[in-house]
Amino acid sequence: MTEETLPGPDGTFALPPLAWALDALAPAIDAETMSLHWGAHHRAYVDKLNAALAARPSLQGKSLEALLARAGTLHADVRTNAGQHWNHAFFWESMAPPGRGGAPDGALLAAIERDFGSPGGLVEAFDAAGAAHFGSGWAWLVRAGNGRLVVGTTPDEQSPLMEGAALSGTPLLVNDLWEHAYYLGYRNRRADYLAAWWQVVNWKAVGARFAAAQAA
Amino acid sequence: MRTLRPALLPALLLALAAPALAQAPEPAATGTAAAPAPVGPFALDPLPYGFDALAPVIDAETMRLHWGAHHRAYVDNLNRAVAADPALAKLSLEQMLARVSTLPKPVRDNGGGHWNHRFFWTLMTAPGTGGQPSPRLLAAIARDFGSLPAFRRQFEQAGLRQFGSGWAWLIVRPDGRLAITSTPNQDNPLMDVVPEAERGTPILGNDVWEHAYYLSYRNRRGEYLQKWWEVVNWNQVSLLFEAAQSRR
Ligand SMILES: [Fe+2]
Ligand SMILES: [Fe+2]
Ligand SMILES: [Fe+2]
Repeated sequence: MTEETLPGPDGTFALPPLAWALDALAPAIDAETMSLHWGAHHRAYVDKLNAALAARPSLQGKSLEALLARAGTLHADVRTNAGQHWNHAFFWESMAPPGRGGAPDGALLAAIERDFGSPGGLVEAFDAAGAAHFGSGWAWLVRAGNGRLVVGTTPDEQSPLMEGAALSGTPLLVNDLWEHAYYLGYRNRRADYLAAWWQVVNWKAVGARFAAAQAA
Repeated sequence: MRTLRPALLPALLLALAAPALAQAPEPAATGTAAAPAPVGPFALDPLPYGFDALAPVIDAETMRLHWGAHHRAYVDNLNRAVAADPALAKLSLEQMLARVSTLPKPVRDNGGGHWNHRFFWTLMTAPGTGGQPSPRLLAAIARDFGSLPAFRRQFEQAGLRQFGSGWAWLIVRPDGRLAITSTPNQDNPLMDVVPEAERGTPILGNDVWEHAYYLSYRNRRGEYLQKWWEVVNWNQVSLLFEAAQSRR
């Protein structure tokens, strides 16, 4: 999602369609989880964001990314829902049905080997960060300002695009650490979810994001 | 009105605990696997009722996981944190919480997690058996929130508005008034990281982490918060209120 996310002609943000069916990520992510996660949780964030913006004319018409860049100035109801809308849209685009996401290659693979030793090293660092994160939040792979790849987490609705976030850089990949992302399929076993999730990572999207970030 | 808005955990212990339960506890879930938890000063006490006692408000599987996996992990990780820092061994859990800003983050997360869940289990009882607020507690609720239904609505709102994981609380403030607050993650009103105006003695708390309600209520946190009143143990809350008053 390197492009800007703009509101529609009526000034409201829309729940983006998924690129695959609700059951397409099974067994890594079951269909009911997808149905609720996209159709209830993400939808509620979009609806609440639109309601919050309707009360604040000065923020209307701005892109989602422009809102995140000034997160420190935003009222909590705009900040939390803008963050969750962006993060979930990016999360859906980070995934593809098992066997369809490809594998890291080219410049992305070279950067992964430089910064983590191997794709396995990246997976290990990413899962360790996700398992250690306390409470709700997100696990990220970002391209830092110095060009290095970095793994880290953010709490609740935070994204690396927000000023003052716990992690900064250009997002390349994200996993959702909120319990709603895995409780139906994995119960309390977040580590099992993190490990299984790599089956549905969309490496083609990650590679395109990395190329765009390098060119920027 | 004062609404603030804004280890093997030793197998031996388990064996001792089991007879008190309607069902024997499951073995520890191993989301974090790896090393066994150290034998430490803190223990997972048995539930005061069976896993299915709170149904249909809270289902048996949720109780089994919530107590036997989530709460157990907080106890195990708290014992690990204490084992790693001998200076902590001299402190009670409440002493740790009162100075938690000076202690390692795992003490805040897991010390809070242990205190909050141990407290939470005592606040609930089988539907229809929890009684009513005592006359003195009811008078304080009416004084500070208008009425019992108004209090319930405000408490539910606090639970709904806590973004992400956390807790909704009813506390007795140092001046004796009641207040509704909420905290993120496993923070609680006994911690020095909480703003002074939201500190006090908890007499009621509800867990709004998704693990508390997701199996039965899915994303509908508001419905969980409404149904939860059916299992609140008002007899216990009234006792906690009296104790907090007499300590002032
Ligand atoms: Fe995009
Ligand atoms: Fe989510
Ligand atoms: Fe909990």
